[in-house]
Amino acid sequence: MKHIITLETRDMEQSAVKGGCGECQTSCQSACKTSCGIANQQCENKEQ
Amino acid sequence: MIHQYQMNGYNIVIDVNSASVHVTDELAYDAIRLLDNGADEQEARRELMIFHPEASADEIDDTFSDIRELISSRRLFTEDVFRSAAGVLKERSTVVKALCLLVAHTCNLNCEYCFAAQGKFKGGEGLMSFETGRRALDFLIENSGTRRNLEVDFFGGEPLVNFDVCKKLVEYARSIEKQHNKNFRFTLTTNGVNITDEVIEWANRECYNVVLSLDGRKEVNDRFRVDLGGRGSYDRIVPKFQKLAAARGDRNYYMRGTFTHYNTDFTNDIFHMADDLGFTELSMEPVVTDPGDPCALTEADLPVLYEQYELLAKDMLRRERDFRPITFYHYMLDLQHGPCIYKRISGCGSGTEYMAVTAWGDLYPCHQFVNDPEYRMGDVWNGVTHPEIRDSFKDCNVYTREECSRCWARLYCAGGCSANALHAAGDIHGVYEYGCKLFRRRMECAIMIKVAEADMKARGIPFKNNDDKEVPRIE
Repeated sequence: MKHIITLETRDMEQSAVKGGCGECQTSCQSACKTSCGIANQQCENKEQ
Repeated sequence: MIHQYQMNGYNIVIDVNSASVHVTDELAYDAIRLLDNGADEQEARRELMIFHPEASADEIDDTFSDIRELISSRRLFTEDVFRSAAGVLKERSTVVKALCLLVAHTCNLNCEYCFAAQGKFKGGEGLMSFETGRRALDFLIENSGTRRNLEVDFFGGEPLVNFDVCKKLVEYARSIEKQHNKNFRFTLTTNGVNITDEVIEWANRECYNVVLSLDGRKEVNDRFRVDLGGRGSYDRIVPKFQKLAAARGDRNYYMRGTFTHYNTDFTNDIFHMADDLGFTELSMEPVVTDPGDPCALTEADLPVLYEQYELLAKDMLRRERDFRPITFYHYMLDLQHGPCIYKRISGCGSGTEYMAVTAWGDLYPCHQFVNDPEYRMGDVWNGVTHPEIRDSFKDCNVYTREECSRCWARLYCAGGCSANALHAAGDIHGVYEYGCKLFRRRMECAIMIKVAEADMKARGIPFKNNDDKEVPRIE
């Protein structure tokens, strides 16, 4: 493509097939405690 | 749904439903905007020729060809195909995988802005006994199903006021985790006053993460973080934090500060912790308090805070090019291996996967609901005796919050904090709009950093980032 560059990102539809194991960290448990975000959580599913 | 913004010289386009990130030239940026505003390709083409008289017909053709390619590969203008999963989430059976143990409802500091009211949570003082803590760990194992990784945070108040119990609880957990096929991950959140060599050795051996509370510059920290005699804590805690962080090696820790209306120039506090004190793992949170509190952040502060977040992002890139990177908790983003869609739409887990346990063994949806009688869920001996509270939290996700359905950042935040929503909107199913505004800005900055890193990589510019995340490739 000449006008658009796309960054490689996780395929959300595929993640619906293999995701949901629940082993990842609880959002608030790591450093914030007063706000919420999941973007900085690592997926722990090695078969993703 | 599309979100477009320009930052640090980049034109960034996010396709919300696929979480795709694109970087475009001006021509494609405007073409996508026109299409997103409802124009068909012919109308958009006409408008584009007016906006960009310098562009040739071939260039415009190529631009629309790129866009069509992304649409056909389901990376642009995608439909939301996940809404149906929200119903499944509501009906799901959940397991508990994380507990916040309030081992001390008391504190050796007296920080005025403390949401926990110095650990008393608007109730009485008290320390958790080993027996109560042990029962809490048993409760966690019994209710965690097949989940292997279990998180336990020593919190308060100040947990090190009750250090002996923390140590015994870790010993107990280690003695039983293998037989139950569990892996306990402990976090210590401390104000630092009681850190000793023994605490450092213990925390670095046993704790997966350590959260160290420091607000930044001495005058900023000591405005609120004072002892019971009103004396600032900075001089006492900083050397201890430095010793702990130095001994920690590669293990996780965060310097965790709070900024308020009094230090909206909070990047100076982050830079102080990085440059003057030598910390590299940093987190800085906006204060959560009553809007009438003089330290509460105001609408007028917002433009300043937006600018601060952008300044921080650009400065972090400068540090990466200088091979002296720092981590900012809210800019950690793994575009390739981040959370699956279930995590992204299902909320933070409070009241379902995550609960707070008081010193007396009572269960609350999270640490921010403690001592609110409406939200007492049960206790560690009898389990959840008010399942209706759990069900109400189970129903919190990005599709049950109407505001989220209009928000481009929903798959990066999963619907936000229920406690903040309750305090701001009177309902756990509401939103805390001020926090949402700051969150969206942080996500724009975090994504811009990833775009810039990919750009530097493509252009062969050497740099080093600090978040152990792979730099996303350009496809």
